[in-house]
Amino acid sequence: MEGEKGVLPQDTGENAPPQPSPQGGGRASAVPRSHVDLAGTAPPSVSPRVGEMAAAIGGFSAAAQSVSRDVGESGTPRSKTNRRLFHTPSHLLHALTHAMEAEDLAGRDGLLQSLDPRAKLAGCLLLIIAATMLHSLLGLVLLFALAVALALASSIPLLRLLKQVWLGVLAFTGVIALPSPFLVSGKVIATLPLLHWSISEQGLRSAAFLIGRAETAASFAALLVLTTSWPHVMKAMRSLGVPVAVVAVLGMTHRYIFVLMTTAVQMMEARRARQLGPLKPADQRRLIASSAGVLLSKTLAIAGDVHMAMIARGYRGEVRLIDDFQFRARDGAALLLAALVPAVIFWMQR
Amino acid sequence: MHIPDGYLSPSTCAVTFAAAAPFWYIASRKVGRMLNTKAVPLISVVSAFSFTVMMFNLPLPGGTTGHAVGMGIAAIVLGPWAAMLAISIALLVQAVFFGDGGILAFGANALNMAIVGSLVSYGLYRLIAGTSPLTAPRRVAAGGIAGYAAINVSALMAAIEFGIQPIFFHDASGAPLYAPYPLSIAVPAMMLGHLTFAGFAELVITGGLVAYLQRHDVDLLKATAPGAAMGMATSWKATRRLWAGLAGLMIASPLGLLAAGTAWGEWGVEAFQSADARAEIAAASHNVAPPESVPAGLEKLSSFWTAPMPDYAPAFMHSHAFGYILSALIGGGLIILTFLALSAIAARLRRATPDAA
Repeated sequence: MEGEKGVLPQDTGENAPPQPSPQGGGRASAVPRSHVDLAGTAPPSVSPRVGEMAAAIGGFSAAAQSVSRDVGESGTPRSKTNRRLFHTPSHLLHALTHAMEAEDLAGRDGLLQSLDPRAKLAGCLLLIIAATMLHSLLGLVLLFALAVALALASSIPLLRLLKQVWLGVLAFTGVIALPSPFLVSGKVIATLPLLHWSISEQGLRSAAFLIGRAETAASFAALLVLTTSWPHVMKAMRSLGVPVAVVAVLGMTHRYIFVLMTTAVQMMEARRARQLGPLKPADQRRLIASSAGVLLSKTLAIAGDVHMAMIARGYRGEVRLIDDFQFRARDGAALLLAALVPAVIFWMQR
Repeated sequence: MHIPDGYLSPSTCAVTFAAAAPFWYIASRKVGRMLNTKAVPLISVVSAFSFTVMMFNLPLPGGTTGHAVGMGIAAIVLGPWAAMLAISIALLVQAVFFGDGGILAFGANALNMAIVGSLVSYGLYRLIAGTSPLTAPRRVAAGGIAGYAAINVSALMAAIEFGIQPIFFHDASGAPLYAPYPLSIAVPAMMLGHLTFAGFAELVITGGLVAYLQRHDVDLLKATAPGAAMGMATSWKATRRLWAGLAGLMIASPLGLLAAGTAWGEWGVEAFQSADARAEIAAASHNVAPPESVPAGLEKLSSFWTAPMPDYAPAFMHSHAFGYILSALIGGGLIILTFLALSAIAARLRRATPDAA
């Protein structure tokens, strides 16, 4: 892996002076205020940097996939293992398109989009708590129906929730819950033919609880991020008592995830462009480990640069956030309704 | 290992948040004091790094792929306190923004992976690397083992959190309300995957990264290696065979199950009461019959102390061989830790004495 450091000679020029975007870290501290001015031409809700990077990564990933497909079709049997390594860009691409679409959905007109982010964040948390403390399957179904109704009222396509949340949670939790009817002891209601495994009522109920809770809680969490831009979610966290430094760090983290993902994809692509034929799994592992090493060196260099940029712009250790939220009567009403749900559940389950 | 919402009861979530809070508080105080204005950018960018590393796919033997959590890397480069903050933030971004791991379960996830993971990997790395030079192969092994152990301890914590749910939380019909499996199922099910594939991924990433940094950016290893410059290059070589021997003995510990008869003199109260055991005692004692009744002193003292892992097999463990290996690991670890603590105290005393004089 002697070429690792030289993989991206052009990269230092591109990434070295990292520019906090108008969103994300942009509003989080004293530094970015100047950046808000710099990027004044961009619409406030959509970050041009995110779009730019997603497009770049999209291109890289498409190229990477088409190349690896070529190798896969014409290459030796070992090329199959090679393709796996390059799943990485599509992973990253997925995360980025995700972020883009979320920004688009958050900009639409809808019930949840029109609410104050603080009310939305607190309300979603209350509803997730409600889903977690419920002891009734019927109640879980009703809460899930509430999530679906909120999605429809906020013009979030159900197909999107299905793809992003419901199927994913079902795949993960379903596998975990599957053995439960056979393993949890209780009243036997049926027996599997041939295998003679008994299915218990308690086991079935418990599997339903697990899946129902996970789906409902994940739906409310997804509704929050799909209808609120990320900087707003973070600023709203302030109102829940999250320390201001944590909010600033979250904002900058979110921003630099995209920078580092772009860097990672470029590194993989540059390495692959110089590679003839497939790599052995051991070499692939070495490649991944040294890529992580290069990325870490770059990360720490970026941290130093950002720090100096912040100091140069007047950062002295305190973080200030621009708070421009307006709490109206409808926000109060929504929050009250959301708070009623766990309160009623608590009262009924006493 | 990212626990989603709905698997843990609200009270478990509250307890894990409460357990994590002091660590976050201490870590933010320490990091703030140490790094001053540098803390915010450093933690942010390293969080973004751990997030990105979690997306690297690693080909594993057996044809599968896995991804590393990277908790060892941050701890080795930044130390445990900054690492636990950075990984906690990465987990929070994952939970809120990408739906990976629950929001109420964030406390549990942060406790398992960010806090315990960082502390275990940092402690083991320091322990195994000792004062070896920064470029010693011993540091690569230390990094790999630290990563492997950290992810497994985290997985064990998660398994225990799952496993205690059915003990406490049922509905009226007796159906478990949250994660339904008891410890006897949850622990082996979680550990199987982590002792093999996930652990291996973490081992490769952490060890590989230390090896890479040794060759290309050795300064990054300095922060967590005080005294490394003074270390002798031969220290690892001198003790390497002893460590290998210890590992071999631990793995071979289930051989004890093959041994026939009882260990002479290690009899319990029950051994005097059952006919079979009495015959074994007699056979092992040149056919001298044991006393008719349980010796009074033995009976009185036997209830004084009950072992946490009786007969080298924890209660939830069904495989005896695995129980032996686990006991060997825990026992060996405790002994090593005790000696290290003693030598640290001794070193401190030695340092303090010349100053006083």
